[in-house]
Amino acid sequence: MKLIFEKSQKGRTGILPGESDIKESFELDSSLMRSEPLDLCELSELDVVRHFTNLSKKNFGVDDNFYSLGSCTMKYNPKVTELIASCGGFANIHPLMPQLRGGGILTQGALGVLYEMDLMLREIAGMDAFTLQPLAGAHGELTGMMIMAAYHKKQGNHKTHVLVPDSAHGTNPASAAIAGYDVKVVPGNEDGVMDLDAFREMVNEETAGVMLTCPNTLGIFNPHIKEICDIIHSVDGLAYYDGANLNAITGRARPGDFGFDIVHFNLHKTFATPHGGGGPGSGPVGVVEKLTKFLPISVVVKRNDGTYAVEYDREDSIGYIAPFYGNFGIILRAYVYILMLGAKGLRRVSENAVVNANYIKSRLEEYYDFPYKGLCKHECVLSASRQAKNGVHAIDIAKALIDRGFHPPTIYFPTTVPEAMMIEPTETESKETIDAFIDAMIDIAKQAETNPESFKAMPKTTPVSRLDETKAAKVLDLACTGCE
Amino acid sequence: MVPQGLYYTDQHEWIKIEDGVGTVGITDHAQQQLGEVTFVELPENGPVDANAELAVLESSKAASDVYAPMAGEVIEVNEALESQPELVNQQCYTDGWICKIKLSDPDAVSNLMDAAAYEAFITNE
Amino acid sequence: MPFIANTKEQVEQMLAQMSMTRDELFSDIPQELCAKSMNLPPARSEMQVRDYLSSLAGKNSTDLTCFLGGGVYDHFIPAAVNAIVSRSEFYTAYTPYQPEVSQGTLQAIYEYQSMMCRLTGMEVANASLYDGGTALYEAMMMALAITRRNKVIIDSSVNPIYRYTLKSYSRNLKIELNETVSTDGLANRSEVYDLLDNDTGAVIVQNPNFFGCIDDLSDLAEAAHEKGALLIVSTYPLSLALLKTPGEIGADIVTGEGQCLGVPLSFGGPYLGFMATKKKYVRKMPGRIVGRTTDSNGKDGFVMTLQAREQHIRRAKATSNICSNEALCALSALVYMSLLGNEGLTQTASMCAQKANYALKRLTAIDGVELHFKQKWFFNEFVLDLPRDASDVVAALVEKGFSAGFPLSRYYDGMENSLLVAVTEKRTKQEIGMLAEALEAVL
Repeated sequence: MKLIFEKSQKGRTGILPGESDIKESFELDSSLMRSEPLDLCELSELDVVRHFTNLSKKNFGVDDNFYSLGSCTMKYNPKVTELIASCGGFANIHPLMPQLRGGGILTQGALGVLYEMDLMLREIAGMDAFTLQPLAGAHGELTGMMIMAAYHKKQGNHKTHVLVPDSAHGTNPASAAIAGYDVKVVPGNEDGVMDLDAFREMVNEETAGVMLTCPNTLGIFNPHIKEICDIIHSVDGLAYYDGANLNAITGRARPGDFGFDIVHFNLHKTFATPHGGGGPGSGPVGVVEKLTKFLPISVVVKRNDGTYAVEYDREDSIGYIAPFYGNFGIILRAYVYILMLGAKGLRRVSENAVVNANYIKSRLEEYYDFPYKGLCKHECVLSASRQAKNGVHAIDIAKALIDRGFHPPTIYFPTTVPEAMMIEPTETESKETIDAFIDAMIDIAKQAETNPESFKAMPKTTPVSRLDETKAAKVLDLACTGCE
Repeated sequence: MVPQGLYYTDQHEWIKIEDGVGTVGITDHAQQQLGEVTFVELPENGPVDANAELAVLESSKAASDVYAPMAGEVIEVNEALESQPELVNQQCYTDGWICKIKLSDPDAVSNLMDAAAYEAFITNE
Repeated sequence: MPFIANTKEQVEQMLAQMSMTRDELFSDIPQELCAKSMNLPPARSEMQVRDYLSSLAGKNSTDLTCFLGGGVYDHFIPAAVNAIVSRSEFYTAYTPYQPEVSQGTLQAIYEYQSMMCRLTGMEVANASLYDGGTALYEAMMMALAITRRNKVIIDSSVNPIYRYTLKSYSRNLKIELNETVSTDGLANRSEVYDLLDNDTGAVIVQNPNFFGCIDDLSDLAEAAHEKGALLIVSTYPLSLALLKTPGEIGADIVTGEGQCLGVPLSFGGPYLGFMATKKKYVRKMPGRIVGRTTDSNGKDGFVMTLQAREQHIRRAKATSNICSNEALCALSALVYMSLLGNEGLTQTASMCAQKANYALKRLTAIDGVELHFKQKWFFNEFVLDLPRDASDVVAALVEKGFSAGFPLSRYYDGMENSLLVAVTEKRTKQEIGMLAEALEAVL
């Protein structure tokens, strides 16, 4: 499809602001102006609407069909939350309003949402306080690691490194490194969880903390989770819980009860806010009592008279990590979602997510290798190594799934499993949908036996076939700045 | 086949020593693991410790650090890789070399594997 | 239960297939770690939750006439922007890991990157970052990685919230963050020159700056480059429809808040951080980048590229820990810029400047109200000196239905009487007149 720049017609106009009601003309000094006139595009409103409508048809979303992308929790995004977030009473408030004298009282609805969300997240995570400021999961991790660093500084601890299991998301080591720590990787064991003995041996007085997901990226719940937290506490280290996989246990088990000190949520995963083609997300961070004083500013508080206000003066705070109060529009959607489910609903979420994942695993075990036996939680990881022997790799199976109408699982992650395919069904998919997916996977497994050659031409049903990523990385065509 | 006469590290670098200068590259095994190289971040001339990061090789889906097999001073880099990074794949033991190091202690080569030992190493890996 | 598809019978069938009981599903979680209870409000239906939320929305006043800016602004957003970004093909998709089913998102990001390059006069842009503040932090880290230096100079005319953000992130790292004190509404040249040396990795400035003043930073670019440092410019993208671009100024990295390009205020987010740079620095740029390539039939298509920089591959050595971007907000900005086009964007920017200039005349006609920085060019925001405490005046004007601006005393010593006033294309002559009358009345 042509680029929008290639559709431009000189002299055509789209949406203009109209004539100014102020007649006095005003010119900036020419020395301050751009030397070349602006060159974006010249299109009518209809041109633009058609362009993007047609582009949208080249996308696959949760509303199209099952989006099995593991670790991303691609559940249904309720329409009601979109409606509420776009209402003027929320969408049109300037974030500096509460900082004006007399302005806070005019934003009580929004501040109330933030305050109540904090309370609800505390309850769900078993933590003592939350900051809603982090703008994504990885941003939450960094915030958490900065809180960890601030704690150790205050304690006078000399800490140099953070421990991370080998199956962790790449954001964990990257966040720890950016917060100033060295990263040491703890190997996994044959059960698919972090090796407890190796971990115990690696923990020493210079260990600042450990970053874990539980269940982990293989969908396995670590039975020694409490012991791990105890070990890290024995050297005054802190346990960090990456909430990427909270959909597995939401409503029935809480990281705070496991012994974790810092937790981040991915509201866009667990609480169903739209993933938007790659964002925006939201990554609130919760902490235990001894860490609350380090939380970033600002903090929403409830005054004695029942009104809400924003507090800025907090001596031990790690400071500003983002300009305002977080991705309010995303927080609002998640807030509405939690209100609609309640405690019972959240338990049903995890139950159905777990039933669906185990069902997929159980029905596919005959056809694919599952490196780790037994119960999984919200997602399962298979290895296409059996198919790879015939030359059909995880990526080929992914493309075959596309031709059968499904969004593929996450592939080649976790890296600890060869030919990994990570499937996360979520609770919003029904048995019929999942059966259809399983049938497609079985059909693909059979085709990998009988006709492995046929996979190379897949996908065949998409606007483009397989793309040359090596060329993309070598040629580096990253912008069209004069191509029409 | 692993060429004779070169020395190898367990990180899959090779080094060829002539007159106290070592030419460094990555092995055929390493380039196969990495896939088609799209970019090479070459080192700057200057001192380097053994096992220190020397260069970064990027493919479209992976990145790999190249470590110095031995200590010394980088005296020359293979500028051809700037425009033809694929040489690392195509001729990893010859035109795909990465840099030359004037070795501070040529005897330290005894810490490295010879061709037979490396061959056994990658078979067992 | 809302949003859960399986019937009770289906769950039973699935459990039977697995020869499992319901209790066994969570048998791997030690009993003592299971939550006893969870104190959440009772579940509400859609009907009930809409009712409740509309009562909360009603407690937020949206009737104030907005002259509040300070980095985010009350600009007009065409209806077609929301119509496009509300298409679920866009908003219910995720990161385009499978390019064949994500060409919509990928081409849109490529077009967005191209638009940002054209607007800023730079060669490459990324797929977006969280917001203007964190984008500036990422730029600082990027400049230090490129120069392999650790000293940074930032002028106080840069958005103070951004400056605080940079401070927080620098605390645990070996970064020497120096702040120069803006003089006369512009970046303090003499202090910057005094600090600038061969250890300096970045000089960070803003144009138009936090006071609204237009600061031609070409001389600072030259000075920074002479010492091998990079010039980072934080900017207000709408202004670039008119103003000399950061590319023309000689900036090395450009960041800013893209909220003004079709993204609603939403009480602070989600917003749109953007970043653009020179092609030679692209491998050190954080965040996702989309590139154009061809498919196996030679047809043009788009993929995420240069992923070897990113955390999922480089882990602890990545250029940044960032994993997502603000794709949907970037799409809003792209659609907004496409709808307005050259003419619409230029007219909008001109109208902002024209109306701000008119507002300045009206407001400074009031006895005792003066422009703080004399003889300076500004875009759509300016600093007024009032005869008394600006916070008190703002409070009085809130009562009269205006968010009249941002009192600068919060972030600047000795500016108790100073008020930062922003005027967008949405403000009418009548509203400006009414603000002037109200201000006169409360002084």
